Amino acid sequence: MSSNEKLVEFRNVSFRYGAEQPWVLKNCSFEIDREEWVAIIGHNGSGKSTIAKLMNGLLFPQEGEIYVAGKKVQEDTIWDVRKDVGMVFQNPDNQFVGTTVQDDVAFGMENRGFPREEMLQRLDDVLHAVGMVDYRLTEPHRLSGGQKQRIAIASVLAVSPKVLILDEATAMLDPRGRRDIMQTVAHLQANKDVSLLTITHDLQEIVQADRVIVMNEGQVWDESHPRELFSKQDDLLAIGLDVPFIASLAKALKQTGIPITKEPLNHEELLEELWTLHSRT
Amino acid sequence: MNNAMVIGQYVPGNSVVHRLDPRTKITIIFIFVFVVFLANNVWSYTILTVFALLSMITSRVPLRFVLKGLTPVWFLIIFTFLLHVIITKEGDVVFEIFTFQVYSGGLIQGFAISMRFFLLILVTSLLTLTTTPIEITDAIESMLQPLKKVKFPVHELALMMSISLRFIPTLLQETDKISKAQASRGVDFRTGKLKDRIQAVVPLLVPLFVSAFKRAEELAMAMEARGYQGGEGRTKLRELKFTKLDVGIYILFIFVILGLFFTRN
Ligand SMILES: Nc1ncnc2c1ncn2[C@@H]1O[C@H](COP(=O)(O)OP(=O)(O)OP(=O)(O)O)[C@@H](O)[C@H]1O
Ligand SMILES: [Mg+2]
Repeated sequence: MSSNEKLVEFRNVSFRYGAEQPWVLKNCSFEIDREEWVAIIGHNGSGKSTIAKLMNGLLFPQEGEIYVAGKKVQEDTIWDVRKDVGMVFQNPDNQFVGTTVQDDVAFGMENRGFPREEMLQRLDDVLHAVGMVDYRLTEPHRLSGGQKQRIAIASVLAVSPKVLILDEATAMLDPRGRRDIMQTVAHLQANKDVSLLTITHDLQEIVQADRVIVMNEGQVWDESHPRELFSKQDDLLAIGLDVPFIASLAKALKQTGIPITKEPLNHEELLEELWTLHSRT
Repeated sequence: MNNAMVIGQYVPGNSVVHRLDPRTKITIIFIFVFVVFLANNVWSYTILTVFALLSMITSRVPLRFVLKGLTPVWFLIIFTFLLHVIITKEGDVVFEIFTFQVYSGGLIQGFAISMRFFLLILVTSLLTLTTTPIEITDAIESMLQPLKKVKFPVHELALMMSISLRFIPTLLQETDKISKAQASRGVDFRTGKLKDRIQAVVPLLVPLFVSAFKRAEELAMAMEARGYQGGEGRTKLRELKFTKLDVGIYILFIFVILGLFFTRN
């Protein structure tokens, strides 16, 4: 396998849920590199979850091809592909299989026939990685939504996937749970050898990504760095996506004549722009 | 939510009885249930009672939990006792209530049968008091292994049981939430005619079923995404360990049974 090979490749993929139904994805092509963090955003029903399910063989495209780590995703490769693609879903409750935290984290490893010794080792590792070591024997109904999602991430990480997909994994959490998960994820991205695909319709959650893919009506509408994306506010609004407060504030400031050069992604960056303004002018 | 919500009656602990392999406990209780019917005199009953009481004491389960397990059957125990006292007319007349004569044979019979009941319930509830439901599931899976040869879905059955255990608290929480939501809209579950109350439960059941099906669907997908493809080639994190302790208990139990055979008539 050559090192510059893409980890995930979608080549002209089209998909619909049935012959009579409309196309959900229309001729989509994009790639994900090793250790890259890609975010997908788009309005409800734009086909984001469908992309995730296609990526690990829960669904198959009618047209085009999908490659994961050099393997084409098809009937006879799905079990290999699912080793490489880990997925965390939206509802924290409905993906928790085990009766306790440790049973749930072990579930994926058990399915793959890991020896018990190795399971125990990895269990420890991943619970550390998501900061949940003290909860090994806790039952799911005693965990908060955010904690359950962290366990879901740990469960997936335990089998060392090459790419981790979070499909609106924070959508059902409160703001604090959201921040928690995003921090956990950012930390993993920095420390582990794993690519990330975060699916969201909250633009706030894309600022840390290396690249953003914007989906609109089943097509790749745009691919860019979050910073560039924030400068296309009007277009984003037109396809039904809310722009974060900081971005609209920066835009308003620009309109009143304050020269902001770098599109700010968060409070700190905007503050930096503003207080260094005087020294530049 | 609330800490009182525990499935089953498990009382956590680290006693000898807790530490026994659940398979040992199930096997011994299974045999005990049969040998109880072999007891037929004071001595054989004494041996079984001592065994049951000693197990209870070594388990260190507080008495009130044991009694709570017995509550639903007290009635049955007393009823069988009275029944035998009334029906059996053997031996001497011990005393008379009004015109009704109580025979010694009836008292003995009644006492013996209720004792059997009592011992059976005591020992079986000791299993659920000292073993978590998931341990029992594991034990059943392990003990049913031979049935795999005749294509009995042992692994699937065990997985089904463990997923039910996992989701019972979740569904209870949800029932609670929905019933509060319905109550706040004026639905009354507690008063009124039976027909009205049954009608009031319908708007509770429908959303519950809908959500349970949605959960099942999503769970199946999540399991598949995590590489679940049946029991073939699967390993297990939880393991059952047969230790020296189990051997010891088996030997002890064999002596109990031998004692029973020597003492009975
Ligand atoms: N199982 C299914 N059967 C038929 N149509 C489906 C199915 N799942 C999704 N769809 C349709 O496919 C389209 C894309 O759905 P998808 O779940 O990929 O959207 P999404 O971008 O993830 O939306 P959301 O932000 O709401 O999660 C929608 O129009 C949806 O109605
Ligand atoms: Mg979706």
